[in-house]
Amino acid sequence: MKYSRISCSTVALIMTFVTAAVAADAQPESAAPSVEEIVNSSNCAAYYPGDSGRADVLIVIKDDKGGERMRQATMLRVDTDPDGCTTQKSYVYFHRPADLNKTAFLVWKNPDKVDDRWLYLPALDLVKRIADSDKRTSFVGSHYFYEDVTGRNINDDIHELVETTARHFVMKNTPKDPKSVEFTEYTVWIDRSNYIPMKVEYTDRSGAVYRVYEALTVETIQGHPTATRARISDSHIKGETTITFSNIRYDVELDEKVFAERYLRNPPRKYLQ
Amino acid sequence: MCTGGMKEGAACLVIACLAVPVQAAAGDVRPQPEPEVDWALQIEGAPLIMTGFVDVRGGVRTQNDPEEDTATLAETRVQLEFFRDLDDRAYKLVVDLLADPLQEQQQVNLERGKGVLDLREASYIATLSDSVDIKAGRQILTWGTGDLIFINDMFPKDWQSFFIGRDIEYLKAPSDALKLSFFSPLVNLDVAYTPRFDTDRFIDGDRISFFNQARGKRTGDSDVLKKTIPDDWLGDDEVAVRAYRLLGSYEVALYAYDGYWKSPAGFDPKAGDAIFPELTVFGASIRGNFAGGLGNLEIGDYRSRDNSDGKNPFIRNGEYRVLAGYEREVAHELTGGIQYYLEYMKDHDNYRDNLPPGVPEADEDRHVVTVRLTQLLMHQNLELSMFAFHSPSDNDGYLRPRARYKLDDSWLLEAGANVFYGDKDYTFFGQFEKNTNVYAAMRYGF
Repeated sequence: MKYSRISCSTVALIMTFVTAAVAADAQPESAAPSVEEIVNSSNCAAYYPGDSGRADVLIVIKDDKGGERMRQATMLRVDTDPDGCTTQKSYVYFHRPADLNKTAFLVWKNPDKVDDRWLYLPALDLVKRIADSDKRTSFVGSHYFYEDVTGRNINDDIHELVETTARHFVMKNTPKDPKSVEFTEYTVWIDRSNYIPMKVEYTDRSGAVYRVYEALTVETIQGHPTATRARISDSHIKGETTITFSNIRYDVELDEKVFAERYLRNPPRKYLQ
Repeated sequence: MCTGGMKEGAACLVIACLAVPVQAAAGDVRPQPEPEVDWALQIEGAPLIMTGFVDVRGGVRTQNDPEEDTATLAETRVQLEFFRDLDDRAYKLVVDLLADPLQEQQQVNLERGKGVLDLREASYIATLSDSVDIKAGRQILTWGTGDLIFINDMFPKDWQSFFIGRDIEYLKAPSDALKLSFFSPLVNLDVAYTPRFDTDRFIDGDRISFFNQARGKRTGDSDVLKKTIPDDWLGDDEVAVRAYRLLGSYEVALYAYDGYWKSPAGFDPKAGDAIFPELTVFGASIRGNFAGGLGNLEIGDYRSRDNSDGKNPFIRNGEYRVLAGYEREVAHELTGGIQYYLEYMKDHDNYRDNLPPGVPEADEDRHVVTVRLTQLLMHQNLELSMFAFHSPSDNDGYLRPRARYKLDDSWLLEAGANVFYGDKDYTFFGQFEKNTNVYAAMRYGF
């Protein structure tokens, strides 16, 4: 039995899951979906495939000087809203690098109010509560922001379908509160066949595209299209981060109670291996 | 695999002998570039994971202290952590090997963490049932809501390590304990039983000079505090209990502790020894999202059982302790935290009436304010932080500036200072004034 720990970080967990699920909801070609339907389906496909999931995550962070850092983690996720794509709990258990080993991160995502976040620091046996503040802060030093990992609230932007190509719905998204973000707008290319966001371009105040998300590999896992490799490059902060998900499983019958302090201190090993 | 400029040959050898690199399972989606493989030794199908670090650290006083050496730190530490992970149970062993020429006693003392070996953890962790976990053996235990202020966390602290600039993980000293955790939808319960009292690794004059009440002045290395520690197995035991749950998204907890003051809190005038009087603590805390950040409130009732009316001048009075804290992100990658802390002496009148002549009088209220600022820069690889304690009632304080830079995923550089100030020689932080120090460290993690 070979043993592998390719996992990496919180970000990945969520992104993996993000990518997946909407295929089943895709509309026939003839009935063009509304903007709201596209946004909802894409949100569900990207962040809510299956009722739960687990994945190993590898985050590779490259700076503009050729330096490279890696984080490995395992991510667990359970959706707690049976009717839609809203509340969700996720758990990230870090393996690498050494100074993050056994560190665990827990998020209860609450789209209608602030998220609840906890961090477990094993050397101190400390369960630390983390303030849910700036969601556009780097996740574990990568080019992904917390918001990229957990999903930006779809109610935070005004959405507009600017083009329908043979393969994509092209959506322009403008923030309702421009001061809360560093971009003026972002454009998403959503795969019409499965609602997976394939590319996102962020535009800054000068009108230039400075930040790009790309789904590099999409695989269908247990019927859910999933971006198993994705990259964000950013010319403002320089460099890029690639996230790779492996050992993905959906509908893993994760008990919701795993997402609590007990399992920060005593990790749910059977789901992590 | 002993590359990257790692010079600690012994550590390298140990790793090479123990570790067997393993491959990712067939059929994985192979990431690009390939991840580093873990170190693991296969035992009956379960991996033994080894991680650790080498930490080289030095520090000096920035002023003369007639009671102590100039150097505060000059050590090379190799920490090895072995972790065997099975489905329902795990074993963890964390050992520090220490080369420390400043240490006068090289003989190993596992209780006090002296000598060439410090056993940080040797524990067995298991899930006994759906609702019961157990952790037995040497372990680090922490609970409570304060940031570097502890009211209901009655587990041992290593104040000497904290004050000389060792990594923050060394603030927590290990307990030899049995911890049982019970979980239910109504309430969760932790019970930590320590069969023989574990003191703090307290300040006694070794390496850090302090105000010695018995001498009426600062003493240090040449006149280390004499003490009598309760040390009967089962007779001198400790019990700490926490009941906790979430109310909405607020974490609420009740605490109880029965044992002893963790650092010397009394004096035996016949033997001339510092002592650890009996102590019972009851407390409560709440923590949660608050006003765009995070708020916490914690209280504790310290019942000094050997001095319940406060008339015994040789034993610390009972106290009420209160802590209120707030933390939030104040700018991009800049987090700020502020805490207010109060120690209120229960029977100050009785204490004052019975105070021997010449002994400095402590205030009824001791107020402390703390401020923390943490700025992350350069992809979070550079962390600049400042933690400040200031007591307006004692007119003293303690500053902890620190810079940490992660050169890469293995190498870390760190530099910082421990700055003590105060008007008087006998207040909590002021007594350490001559110990103000700066330190620098280099760490290789594996």
